[in-house]
Amino acid sequence: MPPVFGVLFDGLAYGMLLFLLSVGLSVTLGMMNFVNLAHCSFAMLGGYVTVTLMNGYGWPFFATLPAAFIAAALASVVLERVFFRRFYNAGDLDQCLLTIGIVFISIASAAYIYGTIQQPVQLPSYLRGSIAFMGLNLGVYRMFLIGTALLITIVLVVALETTRFGAQVRAAVNNQRMARGLGIDVDRLFAVTFALGSGLAGLGGALAIEIVGLDPSFALTYLIYVLIVVSVGGLGSIAGSFAAAMVLGVSDVAGKYYVPALGAFLIYLVMIVLLMWRPTGLFGRR
Amino acid sequence: MSTQAIVGPHAALQAQIRWRWSETVFWLATLLPFVLTPNYLVLASQIAIAALFVLSLDLILGFCGIISLGHAAYFGVGAYAAGLASKWGWGEPLSGLLIAAVAAGIFGYLTSFIIVRFRHLALIMITLGIGLVLQEAANSASWLTGGFDGLQGIHTWPIFGKFRFDLYGYTAYGYALAVLFVIFLVARRLMHSPFGLALRGIRENGQRMPAIGAPTHAHIRTIYTIAALIAGIAGALLSQTTETVSLEVLGFQRSADVVVMLILGGTGRLYGGLIGAVVYMVARDQLSGLNPQFWYFWIGLLLIAVVMILPNGILGGLALLARKAGVKP
Amino acid sequence: MNDCALAARGLNKSFGSLVVAADVELNLPPGVRYALIGPNGAGKTTLINLMTGMLRPDAGRIFLGDDDITALAPEKRVRLGLVRTFQINSLFPHLTALESVTLAVCERRRVAQVWWRQLTAYRQEMDEAYDILASLTLAPVCHRVTRELAYGQQRLLEIALALATRPKVLLLDEPAAGVPREESKELLAALAGLSRDITVLFIEHDMDLVFRFASRVIVMVGGRVLVEGTPREIASDPRVRAVYLGKARDG
Repeated sequence: MPPVFGVLFDGLAYGMLLFLLSVGLSVTLGMMNFVNLAHCSFAMLGGYVTVTLMNGYGWPFFATLPAAFIAAALASVVLERVFFRRFYNAGDLDQCLLTIGIVFISIASAAYIYGTIQQPVQLPSYLRGSIAFMGLNLGVYRMFLIGTALLITIVLVVALETTRFGAQVRAAVNNQRMARGLGIDVDRLFAVTFALGSGLAGLGGALAIEIVGLDPSFALTYLIYVLIVVSVGGLGSIAGSFAAAMVLGVSDVAGKYYVPALGAFLIYLVMIVLLMWRPTGLFGRR
Repeated sequence: MSTQAIVGPHAALQAQIRWRWSETVFWLATLLPFVLTPNYLVLASQIAIAALFVLSLDLILGFCGIISLGHAAYFGVGAYAAGLASKWGWGEPLSGLLIAAVAAGIFGYLTSFIIVRFRHLALIMITLGIGLVLQEAANSASWLTGGFDGLQGIHTWPIFGKFRFDLYGYTAYGYALAVLFVIFLVARRLMHSPFGLALRGIRENGQRMPAIGAPTHAHIRTIYTIAALIAGIAGALLSQTTETVSLEVLGFQRSADVVVMLILGGTGRLYGGLIGAVVYMVARDQLSGLNPQFWYFWIGLLLIAVVMILPNGILGGLALLARKAGVKP
Repeated sequence: MNDCALAARGLNKSFGSLVVAADVELNLPPGVRYALIGPNGAGKTTLINLMTGMLRPDAGRIFLGDDDITALAPEKRVRLGLVRTFQINSLFPHLTALESVTLAVCERRRVAQVWWRQLTAYRQEMDEAYDILASLTLAPVCHRVTRELAYGQQRLLEIALALATRPKVLLLDEPAAGVPREESKELLAALAGLSRDITVLFIEHDMDLVFRFASRVIVMVGGRVLVEGTPREIASDPRVRAVYLGKARDG
């Protein structure tokens, strides 16, 4: 098989990771318009929880994943109660400044506790290596990543379309005022959605260690990619985040493989072109 | 009745435009580092340069509501333009500023055609993208930019042939401060011009502007070009006073810093940006001196504190205090 | 060729299956006061949006005097003299009344792009703005910031902004909407005082106002023009009655 399929595979895996990291931010931005630039700090937290539990306490990799999710979700609940909810009606700039402040604190704390080097993580033996399939070497971990992300996507979509909670989320994203008028407790809904989205980010952070590494600058570096996915996909749209994450993941990997000189460029160019074509995102509201 | 009308509105406007005593105090205070803290003149010139950069961002963000996460692009273009001019043999500082202004202004003018067509998140991300693309391009074009190592061989000639750039930074600070002051006066004039009023109209209600016949896109392109031009001058000042240019002048870090400084100080009032620059740079210098790895932590705390206590930035908070004390600033 | 101040031919606009304008024909002779009435959702504001260029029609042409303005951008139409006010105030919250109107005057006189001269040098523009405000009884509050004005005064400011552009055709979208009784006197005087050189079309629900100010009435229902005539003819037209009474019975 030509190498393009290998590139596609790696691109899909990277895209799945980006999706997990971004979907929470897309939904909460679409629902409440709260600019949470600290979103990737939760991802970073999840990553460091996994590192600590595995390297410090000998937990198996799989067991740390739910822990990463829960830790990030809990942290977001605390922050939301203490800080964020006072700023739902504040201007965008104030929200930016507040959440950037939290990002800075999270980066400094991570550097203090763990140092600035990349954290090593030993994957369980059954997740290492690759499987030969039709002339390609498919990484086992990447297959695991794709599988997990797909499973989560299906759960999310099913929950959104069939449960009452999902219907409320869709209503609130579509028209917050109307949703309140219908008696939906938007504030509580948002708190729960925020926790779920941050938890997913934490899970994404844990899963990301093997693919892109983990160090304190993760919170800022991946913020850029997450913002790209969210804006290209469209605020409040799971399908949009998914599509955008796929396009961007594949573009990034393909760019670095085929045109290394353009390498990091390509993802930004793709973003600019897509946003100029569809300013509200691929699946955003017109 | 008509003669009475003429006195009223014009007098009110004159009062608004008049130079205030607090402004005189501010600018006199900028001379203090020469006398009080001569060891910190290098930092002072860095602050003056940052203040000029923040000023240029205020023109589009504070006055027009355009949030740009890639404003360093124009700073970097100006820095490299002046640096290259010097490297290729022309180190005269004032004409170097002019070269940088033209280069950054042209780039600003060209990108402004893209900028006007978008709003909200798309606009923010496009400005971010332009900055990131430019940084990567500069990295790749290392034959021109020196790549990761930066430009070598910059030597700035003495200003007017007389004032040499000394090690302590006297000339550098005086130069940067003078340029900042002159451009500030221009910006202040712009603020109180018909164009300044039109920009405020765009920020207050962009939808209404076409309905009164305003060519909104043309207005935005003009101010964006001016802002890019000024950012370019700030960049040129940096390369001239430090005699180095590296890739970080174009970087996201620099774009993000300038946005933070502006919001910290307070948008839309010119002095807010200047104060924000002073506070941020001094805090960063002092905190990273104390604790090089963890200055981030205290800066983060500072940002959160400002947002929670002073909703309109530091300048907004000061204005509120002054009003409570009965002082008219 | 065309003796109308404002004309529209065959205007059509739909949003998916929702038809908001269907084959709308309009001919407004100069100087006449037209009222545009119809039940909610009839497409009255949509028609204004189409005429002013805020909405692009799917089909049809729009003429201002002899000029075909169908393809022109909104600000260009304003420059040619086609101006509208908004049903919900669309003002500049933190600008004073005087600043707002002065801005409109400066834009009209094409001096708004001047950034090197102070506003104080533009005495003529400020005087003109002040006079407009004075003619609308807003002179005493001209230095107040817009968001601090009473609602009725804000409605007057809406009209002031429109007048500052020296319109030939003025489209008023429910000028009296939401104005409490105590504040409506000045507004009505303003409407009565509009120069006869200006052609006026206003959307209104208040039939008192329609009878007082309009010499002709257009009735729109479901995106179509139902009928056009003098106020008396319209009031006694059985079709118009059916539309309004029918709505009342259902509601």
